[in-house]
Parts: sequence; C-alpha cells; structure tokens
Amino acid sequence: MALQPFLALGAILFGIGLYGALTKRNLIIVLISVEMMLNAANINLVAFSHFAVTPNVDGQVYALFNIAIAAAEVAVGLAILLSFFRIRNSSDVRDVNLMKW
Amino acid sequence: MLFGFPITGETVAYFVLALIIITSGVFLMTLRNVMHMALALGGVFLGVAGIFIILGADFVGIVQVMIYAGAITILMVFSLMLTHSRRKTDEEPEAGGLRGTVTFIGVAVVVGAILLVVRKTSWPVSPTALQPFHQSTVLLIADALFHTYTIQFELVSALLTTALVGAVIIARKEEQ
Repeated sequence: MALQPFLALGAILFGIGLYGALTKRNLIIVLISVEMMLNAANINLVAFSHFAVTPNVDGQVYALFNIAIAAAEVAVGLAILLSFFRIRNSSDVRDVNLMKW
Repeated sequence: MLFGFPITGETVAYFVLALIIITSGVFLMTLRNVMHMALALGGVFLGVAGIFIILGADFVGIVQVMIYAGAITILMVFSLMLTHSRRKTDEEPEAGGLRGTVTFIGVAVVVGAILLVVRKTSWPVSPTALQPFHQSTVLLIADALFHTYTIQFELVSALLTTALVGAVIIARKEEQ
C-alpha cells in the first residue's frame, strides 16, 4: 500500500462530516459530524506516521491526544445540549439563539 | 491489480474497510431515523479502527474501539433518547433546496481539490513501509508519552478533569 489511498479516505470522510455539520438541523447530528471530521484527521496523522521516511510513533501520540480532546469536547457539548433542551424543549440548531445579538 | 495496487491481504482489507466507512458515512447523512444514524456512526468508528490497525497502530486502533465505538457512540445514543422531541412540526432534518445543493457543491469542490493535491504531490517513499516498527508500538508510545510528551500528557489529563467537572456543572438541574 501507499500513502495516497489513506489520505484520499481521510479527505472523503472529512467531506462527509463537513457536509453534515453544515446542513443538519439536529444538534447531536452536528456533533457526530464534527467527530467524523476529527476521525479523518486522525487517519491522516497515523498514515503520515506510518509512511514517514523515518517512521516514528509521534503521529500516533498526536492521534491519541486528539481522541482525548474529542472525548472532552463531546462531554461538554452534550452537557450544553441537555441544559439547552431543558430550557427550550428542542434540539434544533435554529433554536440556539440565546446569546445571539 | 486492484486500482493499480497489487492484490494482497492488506489491499483487500483496506478496500473493504474504506467501503464500510464511506457507506456508513453516506447512510449517516441520508437516514431519517436518528437512532439508525447512531448505529451508522458505530460503523464509521469501527472502520476507522480497522484502518488504524492496517497502518500498524494497533494501540490507537484499540483505543479508538474503546473510546469512539464504545463510549462516544453510547453517549450519543443516550442523548438522542433524552432529547427525543415529541413535537413533529418540523419534519425537515436538514437545510433543503438551494442551500443544501450549494453546500454540497462547495464541499465537493473542497474534497476534489484535496484529492487532486494528494494525487499530484510526489510523497517521499519509505523503504521500510511494510513493517516500520520493529517492536510493539505500545512500548514506543509509552516511551514517547512519558519521556518526550510528558507536559502535554499532564495538560491533557488536566483538560479532561476540567471538562468532566464542567460537564457535570452545566448539565446539572438548577435548583431555585
């Protein structure tokens, strides 16, 4: 295998996630799309660490950090979502206008 | 030959996993039932874990299965159940019509540009690409985490603790 197929897969997964994050109306689906984009970035990191001229493990460590940050982001995002749902009884992106001026 | 690559177990596994990932992703964007979308999300995450294992990153693959396919998918399913809206007034789950089409075209242009760049660039070829690591990656990752990236590792643990406490405080029901 070569590097290019993995980069192409990452690009396609990123595109799917980007489309979802831009068009979906459900807040949870938007969060899921963001997770898919982070996963595409992780594929690229691990692929570059595998196919580097001097292969090293740094890319995998970055991917692990990335996964930890993504887990924190999901936790805080879902907490905000639950709190918002309690106030507005909705999980629609268009209803999130409490801090809009 | 399969798309210019010799047919080996690795190539076949790559194409099967890529098919699973892209199919699950497209299902995720087209299905109407949010619960089915969460299941497709699990398919995407498991496929990405398989890609990591093909790339020789077995530890990252296992972490991906545990955190993404296990924890995050279940968390998403839970929050989908908790926030399941009963009012069915807006049946339109995504931006439709002109905006959806324009977004699709824009995203397609971006992805096409990235694919073109990936194809045109001559990437450096590693002579040891088949088996780059001559020992277990767990040892290498532990060495990197606790010797080279110690400060970053501690910062990530501080961030996780902060996020946990913050999530609990934000989601807590406020008593008047």
